[in-house]
Amino acid sequence: MSADNVIEAQGLTKRYDGATVVNGISFSVARGEIFGLLGPNGAGKTTTILMLLGLSDISEGQARVLGFDPEREPLAVKRRVGYLPDQVGFYDNLSASDNMRYTARLMGLEREEREKKIAESLDHVGLHDVADRPVDTFSRGMRQRLGLAEILMKDAQIAILDEPTSGLDPQATAELLQIIRNLKDRGVSVLLSSHLLDRVQSICDRVALFNQGNIALLGTVGELGRQVLGIGYYVDVEAEGQGLADKLKAVPGVKSVESASGNHMRIYAERDVRSDAAAAVIAAGGRLLRLSVETPSLEMIYTRYFESVSGGRHAA
Amino acid sequence: MQREGSALHGLGVVILKELSDHLTSTRMRVLEWLIVVVGILAVYGAIQQIKDTTAEDPFLFLKLFTTSRESVPFTFVSLLSILVPLVSIGMAFDSVNGEHNRRTLSRILSQPIYRDALLFGKFLAGLFTLSVSLIALWLLVIGLGLVLLGLPPNGEELARAFIFLLVTIAYADVWLPLAMLFSIIFRSPATVALVSLGLWFLTLIWPMLAPAIVIAFAPSSSEETLILASQYFQRLSPSTLFGEVVVAILNPTTRSLGPMYLSQLQGAVLGAPMPLGESLIIAWPQIVGLIASTILLFVTGYVIFQRQEVRA
Repeated sequence: MSADNVIEAQGLTKRYDGATVVNGISFSVARGEIFGLLGPNGAGKTTTILMLLGLSDISEGQARVLGFDPEREPLAVKRRVGYLPDQVGFYDNLSASDNMRYTARLMGLEREEREKKIAESLDHVGLHDVADRPVDTFSRGMRQRLGLAEILMKDAQIAILDEPTSGLDPQATAELLQIIRNLKDRGVSVLLSSHLLDRVQSICDRVALFNQGNIALLGTVGELGRQVLGIGYYVDVEAEGQGLADKLKAVPGVKSVESASGNHMRIYAERDVRSDAAAAVIAAGGRLLRLSVETPSLEMIYTRYFESVSGGRHAA
Repeated sequence: MQREGSALHGLGVVILKELSDHLTSTRMRVLEWLIVVVGILAVYGAIQQIKDTTAEDPFLFLKLFTTSRESVPFTFVSLLSILVPLVSIGMAFDSVNGEHNRRTLSRILSQPIYRDALLFGKFLAGLFTLSVSLIALWLLVIGLGLVLLGLPPNGEELARAFIFLLVTIAYADVWLPLAMLFSIIFRSPATVALVSLGLWFLTLIWPMLAPAIVIAFAPSSSEETLILASQYFQRLSPSTLFGEVVVAILNPTTRSLGPMYLSQLQGAVLGAPMPLGESLIIAWPQIVGLIASTILLFVTGYVIFQRQEVRA
């Protein structure tokens, strides 16, 4: 295991009653990285997470979390890893801080340290004022934040978050993502699963795209774009002039040029071709009005990928 | 495969949490009051009856538990045998699936504890709560007897009454892992409650049902076989076992819990009380049966829980 990887999975496989839910996946998460597991529901994301935590048996392959084997040393893993389950639940009749007290005791924190950490972490997630309110008065977003507070209290080295933002309104999502970024700043590695793609894109360093128990694609969003769409960037050009599309097509690195409405063109390219495109427009005597570059959105990659996969299946 | 660390790490924390849940829940309070009120009424009836028909009896105090007013068909013992399972079921029917449904299970299990600690903790907390309630009830009854009968129990009576208390706790504990087992198997607490109460009801009518089943399967066997077979059948029900133990312990003249041959009665002084040790020996198989079924039910639930997937 490389010193920089906090999670390593090799050929991880899970079978239930003959059905293979996770099929020999391999990936690693580096220290301090935010790693996203993406894919449709039922693709095996949660099962993978549970195997990493030692909460589900591994049928085949092996996993190492901070160097520990989750099957043989689950306590060592669980002591160092914080987990926020999908739609996390709390004891509704207990207050937020009482819920935290219970888990703090399970973690084995002594009383003084416990009270200090509970106050600190509730403060950090902005639940300080409602610490003594029973959790059944909490909104979805507050519960998720309480779950993150638990991870903070644990001083976890890795935070594993299952669908942390699903079912949240935009503002709650933004708040939650900010807390996750703070986790990263504290040096915590984050493994999160999601199907909310644009949100994930904004915080993930690398992603793994799950499809039917396999990791279909793995890498940074830019790398995935090149793999799936054959492009890493698209450049929007707005310019007035004659025959600009052909001139732009001739620029090295440009895969294709699509004419949208009026003077608007979209260039698909392997690299950032803005300066070359600008030069080409000027050289052709055109008037450049606007030039902007974007990496393809995860959503685009995701949709295109699953189209191609299911398209292939229909053909077969 | 060897796991690191103790399986019972965090057990104390779970027990404390569950205890505080039990002791503060409205559900438990209702069940406890029900059993206390009904129990005291039964004992009060018994005391009236004993006062009316005072006879020479070396074990008068024990009659508190086993006598009833002529008009009322229930003794303290028979009420306990009916109501105690209800309390146990009421306590455990949502113990494991409740964690699933509240979605707290995976969060709790992601803390550095094994599942063993969670299940053991829930069981032990239930056992403790039951014991405390039953001990309180027992003391209440003894006190009531002292005040209203005005007759202090002698040493042996107290010893027998205490064994009766222990057996009642053991009987209550059969139902605890049963309800827990169902709460592991079924995801809906309503299903668990219905199935457990169904079984509870079955044990109520089981004494009538067992002979009928034996006759249905072996219509032409001899009378002796029929009696023995239906008795064995009846003993499948924990309330039969409980009833038999109670008869042997609280009624010192009991010599056997099954049919006796005439030859076995030769030389016996009928109606003479047995020493406590002998009474215990008579009831021992039943007591062991109660404890064994508790263990068996708990282990079954334990194995299933260990193999169950955490995700909802």
